[in-house]
Amino acid sequence: MSETITFTIDGIEVKGHAGQTIMQAADGNGIYIPRLCFLEGCEPFASCRVCTVIVNGRPQAACTQPIAEGIVVENDCPEVLQIRKDIVEMMFVEGNHFCPFCDKSGNCELQAVAYRLGILAPKYPYLFPVCELDASHPYIFIDSNRCILCGRCVQASRDLDGKHVFDFVGRGPHKKIRVNAAARLADTDLDITDKACEVCPVGAIIKKGVGYAVPVGQRLYDQQAIGADIEAKTK
Amino acid sequence: MSKNLEQTIEKICADYGHDRTRMMDIVRAVQEKFGGVSSEAMDMIAGQTRTHRVEVEGVVSFYAFLSQEPKGNVVIRLCNDVVDQMKGVQEVAKALSAELGIGFGETSADGWFTLEWAPCIGLCDQAPAAMVNDVMVTCLSADKASEMVRALKANPNPGQLTAGYGLGDGNNAHPLVQSMVQNNVKKTGEVLLCDVPAEAGLTKALRKSPEEVIAEVEASRLRGRGGAGFSTGLKWKFTRGSKGPDKYLLCNADEGEPGTFKERVLLTERADLLFEGMTIGGYAIGAATGILYLRGEYNYLRPFLEDVLRKRRDAGLLGNDILGKAGFHFDIRIQMGAGAYICGEESSLISSCEGLRGDPKNRPPFPPQKGYLRKPTSVNNVETLCCVSRILDKGAAWFAAIGSGKSTGTKLLSISGDCKIPGVYEYPFGVKIRDLLKDVGAENTQALLIGGPSGQFIGAESFDKTICFDDLATGGAVVIFNKDRNMIHIAHQYMEFFVEESCGYCTPCRTGNVLIEKCLRKILDGQGEPEDIAYLQQLGNTVKKGSRCGLGQTSPNPALTTIKNFRAAYEAVLKPVTDGMQPTFDLKAAVSDAEALAGRHSVIH
Amino acid sequence: MEKPRIATASLAGCFGCHMSLLDIDERILKLIELVEFDKSPVDDIKNFTGRCAIGLIEGGCCNEENVHVLKDFRRNCDILVSVGECAIMGGLPALRNGIPLRECLETAYINGTGVYNPSGKIPNGEDIPLLLNKVYPCHEIVKIDYFLPGCPPPADTIWEACVALLTNKPLDLPYELIKYD
Repeated sequence: MSETITFTIDGIEVKGHAGQTIMQAADGNGIYIPRLCFLEGCEPFASCRVCTVIVNGRPQAACTQPIAEGIVVENDCPEVLQIRKDIVEMMFVEGNHFCPFCDKSGNCELQAVAYRLGILAPKYPYLFPVCELDASHPYIFIDSNRCILCGRCVQASRDLDGKHVFDFVGRGPHKKIRVNAAARLADTDLDITDKACEVCPVGAIIKKGVGYAVPVGQRLYDQQAIGADIEAKTK
Repeated sequence: MSKNLEQTIEKICADYGHDRTRMMDIVRAVQEKFGGVSSEAMDMIAGQTRTHRVEVEGVVSFYAFLSQEPKGNVVIRLCNDVVDQMKGVQEVAKALSAELGIGFGETSADGWFTLEWAPCIGLCDQAPAAMVNDVMVTCLSADKASEMVRALKANPNPGQLTAGYGLGDGNNAHPLVQSMVQNNVKKTGEVLLCDVPAEAGLTKALRKSPEEVIAEVEASRLRGRGGAGFSTGLKWKFTRGSKGPDKYLLCNADEGEPGTFKERVLLTERADLLFEGMTIGGYAIGAATGILYLRGEYNYLRPFLEDVLRKRRDAGLLGNDILGKAGFHFDIRIQMGAGAYICGEESSLISSCEGLRGDPKNRPPFPPQKGYLRKPTSVNNVETLCCVSRILDKGAAWFAAIGSGKSTGTKLLSISGDCKIPGVYEYPFGVKIRDLLKDVGAENTQALLIGGPSGQFIGAESFDKTICFDDLATGGAVVIFNKDRNMIHIAHQYMEFFVEESCGYCTPCRTGNVLIEKCLRKILDGQGEPEDIAYLQQLGNTVKKGSRCGLGQTSPNPALTTIKNFRAAYEAVLKPVTDGMQPTFDLKAAVSDAEALAGRHSVIH
Repeated sequence: MEKPRIATASLAGCFGCHMSLLDIDERILKLIELVEFDKSPVDDIKNFTGRCAIGLIEGGCCNEENVHVLKDFRRNCDILVSVGECAIMGGLPALRNGIPLRECLETAYINGTGVYNPSGKIPNGEDIPLLLNKVYPCHEIVKIDYFLPGCPPPADTIWEACVALLTNKPLDLPYELIKYD
């Protein structure tokens, strides 16, 4: 049994085990910290920064920061909420997110986090980037307009599927996801059963032929806010 | 061609043991041979190193000096740093473009020339400057640039250029350097820019135990010279204390902060002192391998540095049982970068040494726990390691007596911009800005950029402050701006730099910097509103607090510190909107395409 | 006391947001007790007859006429509300934003699959407003005071918003009423 660590989140005393991250410990205590890139079963990727919290006065990503005895974590305070809103709004303007016709709408984690943060419209100018579509694969299509560069598909393909179908190319604002082939997804060894096909938080990696299966009003985040499952947990 | 490509790539990969962690060397070699790393080449490299082509593509597309499309045999990279802009680089650019008949980012039809912009190449004291392949050409003018192109057209070997310009001072004239670069050492000091006895520090260090060496460095209170100012002794103690037999000492010579060039001078004139310091560090932390990560721009120094290393091996200063110390084995290799500012961030530097994209790593674990190849690693700056050699020679007490308060020793400053005597200055910590300005011949000064764009802009109200860790901390860049300079314009140029150099891994830095840059652009275009100040401050706060590494945690500083210290410059141009319209919307521009297509004019503007 | 006036417009939209407004059902009777409709497709008033308290804008701006109408709204309304995804971010019409205008028009009127256009020309004439180089969200052209997301925003969202704005209450939408689709 590992050592128990006691600390506070928003003034509430919580307990965790040595070696846990703030996010893991918060989850265990029924406290939801928003996240988009984190993928269960993989190393924290820490790219989205939506889980930013303030620890003893310093900003840290909850997904990578280990807990320590007596730390003071701020998760639900105006500054943290502002940072998260800003980051999520950046994602909305750096891509082309056409929620009205996206097959992922209602089950989209980006959208759900934005709802939870109460975002009505981004305050930033839309950048309207020109993005690629790849519908070459018989069962999967990629719409990079919707990609938030979280890295989940990269990690899932590499660490869970034992392949390397996806990775990043370019840098800065030109960074994007590329497939492991000269051009097309169809030329990779991606399988419909791969974990990599399941993990996209947005609608960038979509299974063909299953869109809009669940009627509006009954989709995942129509029913409950994102994180409600974590908050339903008791200690 | 394909056969030749295949054989060459096989040979290159074999030279690096088909080791994917040497990807940087492999792709650099392929780029050098073929002008680019083609799609076909990436497949071959992936096959040879048992990796995936998309990983190779990820690396090639990350670094500015690498490209999939073949570049010309002669690549001219003109530095567009702020200081070069101040010194008239636009005229040079026009001349180059006219003489070559191509624009920036283009390659001539005959495949001979490529013209590109490059961020700060470490020559602000002799700006405008350019790299022609690996050859540095300094103090350019429009005429000189045209002449240079004509010379290259007659003889497309950039190596021959220098003959016409004359060689620089000191080791710049060394047969293996042969560069026109000048050291411009304008103020010598008592630690680094003075006569340093050879191997005195290393000899004394090897008489001590590694723990005693660390204790000596700790007692000197030496702090990292790269900017972050972490205690060197403590870093070494952590690294030494981490479990595992394999440890590494990495030297950060990726001097990329715009306005910094003092490490170029140390690499040119104090290479032995640096390698001595690395060897001492290796001894102290228990490493057998040291890596000098040299920025791609300083490739012209590489043959010289390799030669210094060879001589040190011959003299028993590297290799096995160094200086007769049984069991102390240490050697150094040089890892070339390829044009990426982010690789000056220590965990990105480690990624790059591992043959990966130069993405920073998550912390924890910190490099002293898990660094290069996930082994305990100490990453130290060039100047820091040079100081180490001196501390071991002259003693911690001697070093700690120099400087001020918590900042011991001296600091090398790279000073450029609006001053009469730009160059490298060695000052004890604690020098007052006002005194510094006098020394460098700066008049009519409006602002100083302390620590490069990731540092801060200060104005006259701060001229009595001092350079030290507790007052004005700096990695060494000092850029001076006189009263004619537009501070918003300058802040904007530095934001463009950060947009280009962000690795793009995390959201706030990837996109937040773009948004800050756009807002400054808007203000410069005369469309700024008073609300933009609060907008920039909040955006800047989010980028600083949300970003994953030091780049994003400091990149909003050009905007934030000019707002803080030069607010009047902003207020003078911000205009409140009273009619409810967005000043940024330009109907005329927005209908111009349609007007051209329809052959008629809009009726509403 | 005179009732506050409300105006609405559909720019580059599909009228879906207006349909949603009508979806407030019998509450529309209550709404007309509270307000008077000025320029709006609902009552077919073409020009502003007086200063309006609220302007509801559906759709983004894809052509010069949209810009003209939007600016007219800004001049005549105290509070301007972007209603729906098209007003907020361009919506479906903004799909063309990555495509050069000539290519868009040639595909729509000349080369596209299923196009029947014997003239082989892109329609042109004084009465056809010129297209903008891209579709603009409304707040990139004029200042917008409030945003009601959705495609369309639920009737309840529009109702809640109008009531709050007319009664000077803060516009605080509950989770259920924030939708982008």
